[in-house]
Amino acid sequence: MQLFLQIVISGMASGAIFASLALALVLIYSAMGVVNFAQGEMAMFATFVAFTLIEHGANYWVAFAATLGLAFVGGVFIQRVVIRPVERAPILTLVIVTLGLATLINGLAGFIFGLSLHLFPSPFSTQTVSVAGAAITYRDLGVMAVSAVVLVLIYALLQRTRIGLAMRAAAHHPEPSRLLGIRVSWMLALGWGLASVAGAASGMMVAPLLVLEPNMMQTVIIYAFAAAVLGGIESPLGAVVGGLIIGVTVNLAGVYIPFVGGDLELAVAFVIIIAVVLLRPHGLFGRSAVRRV
Amino acid sequence: MKYLRQAPPRYLLVILVVVVLVGLPTQIPSFQSGEWAEVLILSIAIMGLNILVGYSGQISLGHGAFMAIGAYTTAILVHNYHVFYLATIPLAGLMTGLVGLLLGIPALRLSALYLALATFALAVVTPSLIKRPEAFTGGVEGILLPPPEPPQFAQDAFAAVTGGPPMDSDQWLYYISLGATLLLFWLAWNILRQRPGRALRAIRDSEAAAAASGINVAGYKILAFGVSAFYAGVAGALFSLLIGFVSPDTFPVSLSFTLLVGAVIGGLASIPGPLVGGIFAFWLPIYSGQWVSTQDWIPAQIATVFKNAGPAVTYGALLILIMIFAPNGLAGLILSAYTRLRSRLRGAGERTTGQLPPDPQTV
Repeated sequence: MQLFLQIVISGMASGAIFASLALALVLIYSAMGVVNFAQGEMAMFATFVAFTLIEHGANYWVAFAATLGLAFVGGVFIQRVVIRPVERAPILTLVIVTLGLATLINGLAGFIFGLSLHLFPSPFSTQTVSVAGAAITYRDLGVMAVSAVVLVLIYALLQRTRIGLAMRAAAHHPEPSRLLGIRVSWMLALGWGLASVAGAASGMMVAPLLVLEPNMMQTVIIYAFAAAVLGGIESPLGAVVGGLIIGVTVNLAGVYIPFVGGDLELAVAFVIIIAVVLLRPHGLFGRSAVRRV
Repeated sequence: MKYLRQAPPRYLLVILVVVVLVGLPTQIPSFQSGEWAEVLILSIAIMGLNILVGYSGQISLGHGAFMAIGAYTTAILVHNYHVFYLATIPLAGLMTGLVGLLLGIPALRLSALYLALATFALAVVTPSLIKRPEAFTGGVEGILLPPPEPPQFAQDAFAAVTGGPPMDSDQWLYYISLGATLLLFWLAWNILRQRPGRALRAIRDSEAAAAASGINVAGYKILAFGVSAFYAGVAGALFSLLIGFVSPDTFPVSLSFTLLVGAVIGGLASIPGPLVGGIFAFWLPIYSGQWVSTQDWIPAQIATVFKNAGPAVTYGALLILIMIFAPNGLAGLILSAYTRLRSRLRGAGERTTGQLPPDPQTV
């Protein structure tokens, strides 16, 4: 039982990380109807930026905040330069462009930061604290807290501010929003910036658990896909719930199903993606789509 | 300029390309024949992807996984059951084609985006899935295959033509790949120029309209998946014979990307496109790396990093630039330039009708 609780809580910690990245995917999906395949690579790049700042003597939290700011600028920049020319293109074009972006950023990271492996510091200790008999690391708790803060801030921005309202309007009803004087294209760019911030937070949280290198996010992004799809790809709340469910399920499957073990955990996420898109394409929180012919 | 008014018919170009491809190994060192064999193999897989993405409008980011199925079918048949290697190539194609048909059924229910996600996840998961049944697939260590010996008549004929040593296994595999490439491109040309090709394009452009004109939408979409997987399976089989070794890491996610890059660069929904795409997908990273190391003004340190990270940068930048500026790919660029040239040479009278591209923009 204690082991079970322990696995569930550490699963929730990784789930919180997946949730941030899934939220990033959802933000961009709601704005332009396509999943950003480059989200993971953008997060990886941001993590390298944070690492470089820390290497040069910056305090962890200063580097953390600076990286989030830079990630925002980077996200807006990418939307303006790369995505905007193909904004109205068919889905296939957009998918290929974001894949190209993923490859490009991955290559640039190798180019700028090198291909060697780095250990990314964590601000939280790995000492354990006993919660209901289960040994939980401070790091897991810290990861959950940081992710929660980021998620709540983004939620508040979207739901409680004027600019958030404008962003939601621009994403869901671009034409009427334009008539009301909202600068729709810039709102989409802001969406990219926010998504980039959420992704960067997940990258910096996951890096201490893995090794920092250009391919770090390649598996994490699959879990985030699974989380976003499970939550109903348009729902920010769904992304968070989906992330937590994926984190816990994958962790439990890895320990309790002998066939899965450590190396087929990714396959669990794959099975979840396939099952959801086949059985319940609108996920847990999405609305089922009606297509006009 | 008068002789140019009658632009040469296309079949002359095809004959020229075939002659160059047949003669190529007699002019280059043997190891380069192996490299060109890989170009041809990539072209076959890209043609498969092109049938699926370019013609039927379904996206797959997991064609590397199909290549893995073909490669492992060949490796297991040759290694465990001692089947003659040439016979395994069609078998690998059929096996992969069957898997493709089976995957095509659930794919019907998926929107383009979910299909992209699902096939991407498939590409990521495949290497770790292959590792599992160790007795069968050799686990992490993979399976070694002996290099196929060219038959005596081919060795003699090759020696007679070049006046040098007899044909070696790389050159033999080049010719096997060339045979497969010609056969499969001819097959694709036949399928895609006829009723099925028209049906697929109709489905791609509007499913509802296609269904209304009596096209079996589901049947054709599944068929496209199966045929596409068949091509990738044959390519995988040839690939395993060429490198003489298969392991889970032979088929990384980046292989699926490479195929997509090739399809996009060559031009989606174009028949010569995959060959152009194969050439670029194979040589671009190699040449860009070599070019950088010959430039004096680029510091050696950066040049070494570029050799490792460069292909990704070039690929990524190219994908984006092509999608923005030339969505019909290089083949589309060349074709439209050719059409423009022809209409200009023919005079102004026909210019208004002569400038339509041969295929509408597809992506």
